[in-house]
Amino acid sequence: MKEILADLDAWRAEGRQVALARVVNVEGSGPRDPGAAMAVSDNGDVIGSVSGGCVEGAVVGEALDILETGERRMVSFGYSDDEAFAVGLTCGGTIHLFIEPLDW
Amino acid sequence: MSELYDRLREAIQDERPVALATVIEGHNAGAKLVVEPDGDVIGTLGHPELDRIVSRDAVGELAAGRTGVRHYGAEGQARETDVSVFIESFSPPPIMIVFGAVDFTAALVRAGKLLGFNVIVADARSVFATVKRFPMADRVMVAWPDEVFDHYGDRLGPHDAVCILTHDPKFDVPAVRRAVATDVGYIGVMGSRRTHATRLDRLHEVGVDQKGIDRLMAPIGLDIGSRTPEETAISVCAEIIANRTGHAAPSLRDSEGPIHRPPAEG
Repeated sequence: MKEILADLDAWRAEGRQVALARVVNVEGSGPRDPGAAMAVSDNGDVIGSVSGGCVEGAVVGEALDILETGERRMVSFGYSDDEAFAVGLTCGGTIHLFIEPLDW
Repeated sequence: MSELYDRLREAIQDERPVALATVIEGHNAGAKLVVEPDGDVIGTLGHPELDRIVSRDAVGELAAGRTGVRHYGAEGQARETDVSVFIESFSPPPIMIVFGAVDFTAALVRAGKLLGFNVIVADARSVFATVKRFPMADRVMVAWPDEVFDHYGDRLGPHDAVCILTHDPKFDVPAVRRAVATDVGYIGVMGSRRTHATRLDRLHEVGVDQKGIDRLMAPIGLDIGSRTPEETAISVCAEIIANRTGHAAPSLRDSEGPIHRPPAEG
């Protein structure tokens, strides 16, 4: 999250609504370790990353939904998921993300 | 509303260690604690006993530099899984001290910055140890090794690095002697195999024991055939990574023959 703090500050100063996605757990081979973070603003701007680019697109969708509903949740991406055929990790692992509004 | 975020950001910006604990599953998902190593805590996870236990664990995780998920009962009980808490450790950037304001130093400073090190350049010669020559360094010290280690020695740990590029015994013998007395994770020393052999004699004379000698990566760097300062900087940084992760990599220390040999045929 360190890498995106400066951008987060700027967004907050502008009064943007922001969703924060953090990798909390990785099973098998994953591209980024727990703590990797990306953030999505209410107009769809993105900073940071949580994988090698494999799932970021899907995370944006989840993040925008969470900004709308305000419901924070765990989201997982992995080869074993049904969804993996649509958005999976090419490296074969599973990553678990916690996505929430940055309202704290 | 943003007290937790602000406290976290301030600590990170001030390069103070801090942990963020977030309930990710179970009652109160999203509840947070911001924990500092002295036990200073703000926020709540919803139960005072859970707060106490998680704060204690967060201090431990922070000391170990670990980030991960831990499970608790609703009131902080061990071996229960009602609540999953993601504890994220934010440690200050690791330190790289480069001794010697030489040709190779500027490239190593840049590569060290790329890896996220707080980079300090030290040389006793004020003509060479200038901010102008090393604009990317976080600090340039005109100082002898003793002064540098008096200042930074106690702070050095497994994630930090000391790179001694002077190949001048006046400077590198005291630098090595003080470096091996710290907990620093990586000590690399530049110089040819012959330079290092004579250096070893001097190190023995000043009381560096075999255990200390074994910690030295000398000649410094991986055996990847690097020649330019930039290539050498990459080989040193790659060795620092391999050293930290414990992965096998072809260090020059562990090979024989010329450091700069012609490229392999083919």
